[in-house]
Amino acid sequence: MPNFYGTEIASRLMLGTAQYPSPAILAEAFRRSGAGIATVSVRREAGGERAGEAFWALVQELGVALLPNTAGCHSVREAVTTAQMARELFDTRWIKLEVIGHADTLQPDPFGLVEAARILVGEGFEVFPYCTEDLVLCERLVEAGCRVLMPWGAPIGTGLGLNNIYGLRSLRAHFPELPLVIDAGLGLPSQAAQAIEMGYDAVLLNTAVARAGDPAMMAEGFARAVEAGALAHAADPMEPRDMAAPSTPVLGKAFL
Amino acid sequence: MKITVNGEAVETAAGTLAALLEELGQGEARVATAVNEDFVPMGAREARTLAPGDRVEIVSPRQGG
Repeated sequence: MPNFYGTEIASRLMLGTAQYPSPAILAEAFRRSGAGIATVSVRREAGGERAGEAFWALVQELGVALLPNTAGCHSVREAVTTAQMARELFDTRWIKLEVIGHADTLQPDPFGLVEAARILVGEGFEVFPYCTEDLVLCERLVEAGCRVLMPWGAPIGTGLGLNNIYGLRSLRAHFPELPLVIDAGLGLPSQAAQAIEMGYDAVLLNTAVARAGDPAMMAEGFARAVEAGALAHAADPMEPRDMAAPSTPVLGKAFL
Repeated sequence: MKITVNGEAVETAAGTLAALLEELGQGEARVATAVNEDFVPMGAREARTLAPGDRVEIVSPRQGG
């Protein structure tokens, strides 16, 4: 099971808390997912609504570790200040660091990401960077002090799955010991299973579950998929080959 | 004096960030604050004086992916 900054988590599934039809469906989706980590955010508190208090009570009841994000931040300064506010609000050193570089693809800004990671690690944060599968970027993030990497599968919210299998496989081979999480872009349980089969430690998703017709059922689908993926990875899969090879013994076939 | 709170213009008599939160009914709330893009920890709100034109951000826990 994955170990993030010394904390062992009993599930390979990490689930976001946004976009569910209702708080009750969110809670049910978490229950059926078995997820060990929930991602959360900070947003402006409007007037006397106290929406934050209600959400805080809801996530406390989930009984999972909280991973606040810096979603929507486009500059290093914004991301650092957001992380600092999140640490106080959620009482955790963990931060899912997002520094967005491109509005259409929500692709991470690799330069800002490394700079923000370095600052936050220096301030005692345990950084989970939302990054691309670029090997050089990932090297720099590790040099900056990140002990987890979270490359995207595909752009956030697209459900396209693992867009660059070769790059993700190279990353896994390059960092055999580092916890690696596929963050974003997954739409189906089969894609999550594929990530875990490749040796990824966990997957983080939100839209695929929250926007399904039945979020709780989809959450359970993902839970079973990551379990299947983990079994397959541990079982040492066969090598694919181009030519057919009969599985039924040739010897002893009747002459007819 | 006029300041900005969460992007909206606000007229306030509060001299400090802590007083502003009281004025807005957020004194006891689970919120985090920043002034002019710099984080102000809970323990520093009393000492953080406000000046005209300051930009205050008040945030709370919310759904995220």
